[in-house]
Amino acid sequence: MMGMAASGRTRYTGTAIGLHWIVVALIIAAWALGLTMVDLPLSPQKLKTYSWHKWTGVTIFLLTLARLAWRAAHRPPALPVSMPVWQIRVAAVSHALLYALLFAIPLSGWLFSSASGVPVVYLGLVQLPDLVGRDKALAGLLKQVHVVLNWTLFVTACIHVTAALKHHLMDRDDVLARMLPFLTQRRQVEK
Amino acid sequence: MSCVLRIALLCIALAPAGAAAQAVDYARSRISCVSTQMKVPLEAEFRRFTAQLAFDPARPETGSAQIEIDLASFDIGSEEVNIEARGRNWFDVANHPRARFVSTSARALGGGRYEARGPLAIKGRTHDAVVPFTVKMDAAGNATFEGAFTIRRLQYGIGEGVWKDTDTVADEVQIRFRIVTSGKPPQKKP
Repeated sequence: MMGMAASGRTRYTGTAIGLHWIVVALIIAAWALGLTMVDLPLSPQKLKTYSWHKWTGVTIFLLTLARLAWRAAHRPPALPVSMPVWQIRVAAVSHALLYALLFAIPLSGWLFSSASGVPVVYLGLVQLPDLVGRDKALAGLLKQVHVVLNWTLFVTACIHVTAALKHHLMDRDDVLARMLPFLTQRRQVEK
Repeated sequence: MSCVLRIALLCIALAPAGAAAQAVDYARSRISCVSTQMKVPLEAEFRRFTAQLAFDPARPETGSAQIEIDLASFDIGSEEVNIEARGRNWFDVANHPRARFVSTSARALGGGRYEARGPLAIKGRTHDAVVPFTVKMDAAGNATFEGAFTIRRLQYGIGEGVWKDTDTVADEVQIRFRIVTSGKPPQKKP
């Protein structure tokens, strides 16, 4: 186990990797459901799609909480020593922004639903409290907030993916391999 | 029809009930329904209705109620849903503008609780309804009738076509009401 980073590992833990990719899949699902549901004519299918979208959002919120708790107890593997300080800072800021958005987006959706007078019943089992009372003007505003935050997530996630690919394909370091178990870690192989 | 004649007819109509109709304070009265879609309870208000109530808590069996709801006044807070609700699959207000409940009997259940029974007609279909309620009287003689009961929407053909699916929209719909009447109760014990 030579050449390991200061954190004692070269990859994220299996739990961190699993949660990361599950949340990625759920974000894609929430987007697909969200974009589909708004254009559906009023029908049982529309009501189902809205509920599934909300359940997915609540799940993302809960898993993001779990990820932060896990991260607090299991420090991420260190970044390559070759990385310039400004890149490390940008990475830290963008990761913080991604986490913030994964809380803020479901929260804005929940607020929007409350303001629209529609409670959120998670998985059809647990009714979440209404955060605000029914208010049409507020609902309209919260809808805009929900949409803008989602596009902010889209842009940030694109930067996140581009940076990961740049590390892998251009810098040829192990940053992406930290989060992808099936990628061979070059550093380890070389040693 | 003259006003006097109307009142006379109303008195005759209510004579067997033994209690005179009380004036309804519509500003403080409310009728709503709670439907459930995907286990999500959604309350909608009926903004327009008329009620004729005659009730004396001392003699509940003489009480009577006749309530008519203008179904086009259904308001769930979303215009898209309101329009759908007025349509043929739901209330079909073009052909059946009003829902109507007429009590045929009333009795005390004890503990300040009462119960009225009678036919409830919606969308051209009539089924018997049992309506439990409480009555609160204030010092000024205003009475607040409050209660809730559950109907099965499909018995009335409310939600046809794709909406018959009760996995999405539950069959059970709760009707809630609060009706405030003003003035002294007409029946006073000597």
